[in-house]
Amino acid sequence: MAVTAGSKVLNNVEAVRETLYEAMKSDDRTIILGEDVGARGNVFLITKDFINEFGPERVIDTPIAEASIVGIAVGMAMEGLRPIAEIQFADFIYPAFNQIVGEAAKTRYRSNGEYTCPLVIRTPYGGGVRGALSHSVSIEALFYHVPGLKIVAPAFPADVKGLLNAAIDDPDPVLFLEHKKTYRLIKGEVPEGHYTIPIGKANVIKEGRQLTVVSYGLYVHWALEAANQLENEGMSVEVIDLRSIRPMDRTTILNSVEKTRKLLIIHEDNKFGGIGAEISAMVAEEALFSLDAPIRRLAAPDVPAMGYAEPLEHEYMSSPAQMADAMRELVKF
Amino acid sequence: MAKTDTKAKGLDRHGLTDEQLRQIFRNMLLQRQLDNRGFQLNRQGKVPFALGSEGHEALQAGAAMAFNRGKDILAPYYRDLGLALGIGLTPYEIMLSIFARVDDHNGGRQFPNHYSSKAAGLMSFSSILAAHIPHAVGAAYAQKYRGETGRAVLVTCGDGTTSEGEWHESMNFAAIHKLPLVMLVENNEWAISTPLSKQMANPEIWKRAEGYGMPGKRFNGFDPIETYANVKEALDRARTGGGPTLLEGMCYRFLAHSTDDNDMTYRTKEIVAEARKHDPVPNFQAVLVDSGVMSDADVDAMKKDVLRETNEATDKAEAVPYPQASDLYTNLYEGAWQPWQ
Repeated sequence: MAVTAGSKVLNNVEAVRETLYEAMKSDDRTIILGEDVGARGNVFLITKDFINEFGPERVIDTPIAEASIVGIAVGMAMEGLRPIAEIQFADFIYPAFNQIVGEAAKTRYRSNGEYTCPLVIRTPYGGGVRGALSHSVSIEALFYHVPGLKIVAPAFPADVKGLLNAAIDDPDPVLFLEHKKTYRLIKGEVPEGHYTIPIGKANVIKEGRQLTVVSYGLYVHWALEAANQLENEGMSVEVIDLRSIRPMDRTTILNSVEKTRKLLIIHEDNKFGGIGAEISAMVAEEALFSLDAPIRRLAAPDVPAMGYAEPLEHEYMSSPAQMADAMRELVKF
Repeated sequence: MAKTDTKAKGLDRHGLTDEQLRQIFRNMLLQRQLDNRGFQLNRQGKVPFALGSEGHEALQAGAAMAFNRGKDILAPYYRDLGLALGIGLTPYEIMLSIFARVDDHNGGRQFPNHYSSKAAGLMSFSSILAAHIPHAVGAAYAQKYRGETGRAVLVTCGDGTTSEGEWHESMNFAAIHKLPLVMLVENNEWAISTPLSKQMANPEIWKRAEGYGMPGKRFNGFDPIETYANVKEALDRARTGGGPTLLEGMCYRFLAHSTDDNDMTYRTKEIVAEARKHDPVPNFQAVLVDSGVMSDADVDAMKKDVLRETNEATDKAEAVPYPQASDLYTNLYEGAWQPWQ
């Protein structure tokens, strides 16, 4: 891979690590807390050696207690620190649900602006790694209903860094979702130094004329692979990487749909009540008469999660081939 | 532990001046008057909800006297009128909250008794029990991390809240990191309708301290001076690097849980009447008069003044307008906000 001056090639784990490192270096209000983030350096080695450089006061190995990992971080944020709380796997976030939904998201609102909660909650999510019922789930739909939160789910290393910087700088709580299968699989050029990418802006990663595909996370990469295959078959598909789930980029989606007149939403999370439901409703409300085909969603079946056994994981997830099939059907509709 | 009356023990003032003793008593009178006012306004149909802390007056007025204004942080729960008053909130601010007026700290968004004042060091909290305790721990962590000796966090809750997982998680973390935190449990024996016996097998909450590796103590929360002495000792320890303390102040909830509760569906008049025999307000009045800190005339004058202040606060707050409908949309995030951009 040719590297532009002022950039280097990182995978997603390295992009998270570099961003956290720079945040720790540049602001001593930054505190990292979570399970095994210190001596072990996080189970994916994202914070490896941080504890040696920044000390145990700033890199806190917490007890196994997710509700208070977030709750204590909320208190730190209310009193002037800039905590970055880690939930070791997104599947473990459920005990912290109230602290995120009932507390962090409402701190500014309920105090009418007297108190704020500048907090980042990072967590690895998603499957394709034989993670079974409790190391593979997608959690974004459980939280995207909640005003007061921002939710980010980048797919590319440069977006990981820019959006994580934006989350750390943000004066309000941000749930930062890292797809664990992309951690070492996805590499890309990342600019050096501090930069931000605005939360709430999608990215058109492939332009096309006949169909709009909206996705995020791991599936962005697979959707792009499928769209490129269709390109070879003479079909032109536009691919949008949402990057941010809340707020969501209405303008980019609508502009694309007005152009292509067809919409396919692809996500790894369950179809029922998923992110695609909100996008479908928005497009139906705003652009129904621009559509030449029914909106389609390719998403997980209505079961709790992917099983450990390979066929169960395979059945739950959508493959690039299935994505290509769905795209072909819509283009030909 | 039997709840004893201060009067019976004579006056050991633990360094409190006459003026401080009078301030404590005035806080207690003000709590009762404001509580009463909230219930009156509810019955008059002027406010939809009120909640009282009768029975907690001595505990809260005594604890608040140990709080260092401008330095310490208070993370209270919703039955802490006396603590809010004792650290500097005014009856007018309390009435703004009861009337849900635009000038309320929360802009009329929260239930009454859900105080918040950054200026006073009073952390915003929700109605979700124990959710505020990790916030207090995080605030104490911030104090310690910044090396701010001489500061501490006073966090309070009722007995029922100690059943929550976050209560345990918070105590555990505070002890591990030797944080400047005082956990004051106001044990009033009731969690709405659920008595202590259904809340825990061992009713001595303070004894859990040993399990966490911190000091613990139970005291008579009907005695404001004993409360002050215990809370001050624990706060001083926290302020000087000695770590957290678990305190359990014994009191009683004389009123129903709130204006929406009927406590006669789960306890008897006789039980409440028996507890009322230890009512801390008349008892402390007797202590102050017997010890010569106040005369009967002083007490009468103070009661009149408290009623006057309550009336003025009520009228002034009632005259303030509600928030506007458009205020529903402010202060969700920094800056203007749309879920779709």
